[in-house]
Amino acid sequence: MYDTSISEKTVTQNSIKFSARNVQVHYGDTHAIKDVSVDIEDKTVTAFIGPSGCGKSTFLRCLNRMNDTIDICRVEGDIRLDGQDIYDKRVDPVQLRAKVGMVFQKPNPFPKSIYDNVAYGPKIHGLARNKADLDEIVERALRRGAIWDEVKDRLNEPGTGLSGGQQQRLCIARAVATEPEVLLMDEPCSALDPIATSQVEELMDELRKNYSLVIVTHSMQQAARVSQKTAFFHLGNLVEFGETGQIFTNPQDERTESYITGRIG
Amino acid sequence: MTDMTASPSGALATDARLRARLRQRKRKQVILQGLGLGAISFAGLMLFILVASLVSTGYKAVTQTHLTVEVFVDPQEISVDKLPRGGFRDVLAAALIKEFPDMAEAGRKDLRALTGVYSNGAQFRLRDMIVADPGLIGQTVTLTVPVSDPFDQLQKDLIKRETPQAQRRVDDRQIAWFDTLAERGMISEPINWGLLTNADSRFPELAGLKGALVGSFWALLVCFAISFPVGIGAAIYLEEFAPKNRMSDIIEVNINNLAAVPSVVFGLLALAVFLGWFGLPRSAPLVGGMTLALMTMPTIIISTRAALKAVPPSIREAALGVGASRHQVVFGHVLPLAMPGVMTGTIIGLAQALGETAPLLLIGMNAFITSAPGTPLDSATALPTQIFIWADSPERGFVSRTSAAILVLLGFLVMMNGIAIYLRNKFERSW
Repeated sequence: MYDTSISEKTVTQNSIKFSARNVQVHYGDTHAIKDVSVDIEDKTVTAFIGPSGCGKSTFLRCLNRMNDTIDICRVEGDIRLDGQDIYDKRVDPVQLRAKVGMVFQKPNPFPKSIYDNVAYGPKIHGLARNKADLDEIVERALRRGAIWDEVKDRLNEPGTGLSGGQQQRLCIARAVATEPEVLLMDEPCSALDPIATSQVEELMDELRKNYSLVIVTHSMQQAARVSQKTAFFHLGNLVEFGETGQIFTNPQDERTESYITGRIG
Repeated sequence: MTDMTASPSGALATDARLRARLRQRKRKQVILQGLGLGAISFAGLMLFILVASLVSTGYKAVTQTHLTVEVFVDPQEISVDKLPRGGFRDVLAAALIKEFPDMAEAGRKDLRALTGVYSNGAQFRLRDMIVADPGLIGQTVTLTVPVSDPFDQLQKDLIKRETPQAQRRVDDRQIAWFDTLAERGMISEPINWGLLTNADSRFPELAGLKGALVGSFWALLVCFAISFPVGIGAAIYLEEFAPKNRMSDIIEVNINNLAAVPSVVFGLLALAVFLGWFGLPRSAPLVGGMTLALMTMPTIIISTRAALKAVPPSIREAALGVGASRHQVVFGHVLPLAMPGVMTGTIIGLAQALGETAPLLLIGMNAFITSAPGTPLDSATALPTQIFIWADSPERGFVSRTSAAILVLLGFLVMMNGIAIYLRNKFERSW
């Protein structure tokens, strides 16, 4: 069943982008993430897999402090982006989120024009000096989102009028527009049809050249197809983390093996 | 691959137990539908009865009987040097005596019976004309003035000629005079614009809703100016920024309670605080608006919070995800998307405020005031309190005017709710 080519993918050692040590997350009384330590490399796609409710999305949201918006959520431990503690008091989550972009499960363009969707981030972060500058940023982002050719003639039409797959690529373009270094994707293809999914997956492979990508996915095939590193979460624990090929062909932990062979999940 | 259950064809139609169950289900559905239809028909019938009874009495107030006379402005009665005074009443009487020369030598009582056909406002109408243009003195002017209420009732057949003379407010002689005037084409029945352009009066034929309309307008303006910003501000804070703890729970419960407090209580509060402590003027639309704002605010807060809640979390996440700060998320994305809901709630709240009577009675907006307010600090009435005053008046002419005033109020309410529905349909979006 598994793509045999994965084991042949060249895996080169890249610099560490995110380094998490002993991360604990509590939702009220629930201990959602238990002592997770992981290193996420630059210019690599890292996939988080695991059964529902295992904490993979929660952990992803720690990386750009989206959990801050939930009152009852408490994050402990040490998460560093390029060596800097992102939970340091001096770090503004607003700045962090510009550097660590996020794409969500359901495509969620703003109910505004395609242009405004992409231009919003650069505008609030003051990345454009003038209109021409902004136009350029928008075009570059839409090109990186692999959607420029489809929307270049209708930039003023609402983003919500696009198809699901186009909306998701627009959301990726929107995330890219603030010049992030890391892109977090929370099940980015779960609301898309197979054709749109394959387009987004191709795009991920393309984006890997410039960004560090972290994706949460329910589909093991997708993890196998797009990622170089895979982390398997189970009941809030990081069970196993390693080369994707190795995780899928020769898992070290019994639980990982049970999950990828479909016995738990 | 698919799991096929082997069932003989026709089993669906023949199984008696299955058919009995189906019949029972169908019967229940029919009963439910019938009940729903019945409820709607009942509500529709009640509405029809209400509107029909209002229209059947109110339509009489749509026209007002007028008398057109040639008045010779006698310089002996009215002189330029002391213009606001003068024998305007005598001049008008002379105009009628010209029509009925046999009354020239009549006694004062008989003469009064004759001039009773004029509305009390006729002399003031003539005075205003002449003050505006003193050149009219010594000339003959054509004057069209309302007739007094009993003659208006006679014209509209509300006073029946077959009623014994002792039981009606116009005697046989007056009817004969009135009929003669009508034969000579001096009686007309034009549309009663005075109902909207006149202020209140003791005389039904002169009474209008202008004071009430302007009073209600000022009161609603003040109410909107206070309750809209404060209500939206409170709702945004509670929904988006306030920490969820015991305190915010208590505040929430209290706001919901506030929306259910009888309006007369707000009137008492306004009486004690706005009039008592602050010493604001009695009967003023400013105070009325402030009182109504107290009532409207909970409605606006509740509907704004509901509208904010209805904005899907994915939009907040999207904005947060590209690095918008919390206030940028709220003011740049959530509030604009919630605005149609906020507007709808606000208009419905204001419509409620427009129809509210009890608190206005307590702050004195049911006073008898014969001029429209120029500012929110002048004494005034509002539409519902004007209706209250008229419904209380003994003159028969006010019966139809009360109904007509209620129809005007209903018209404004329907208009406001219509705008609310229009806004909702226009800006409603599906996510």
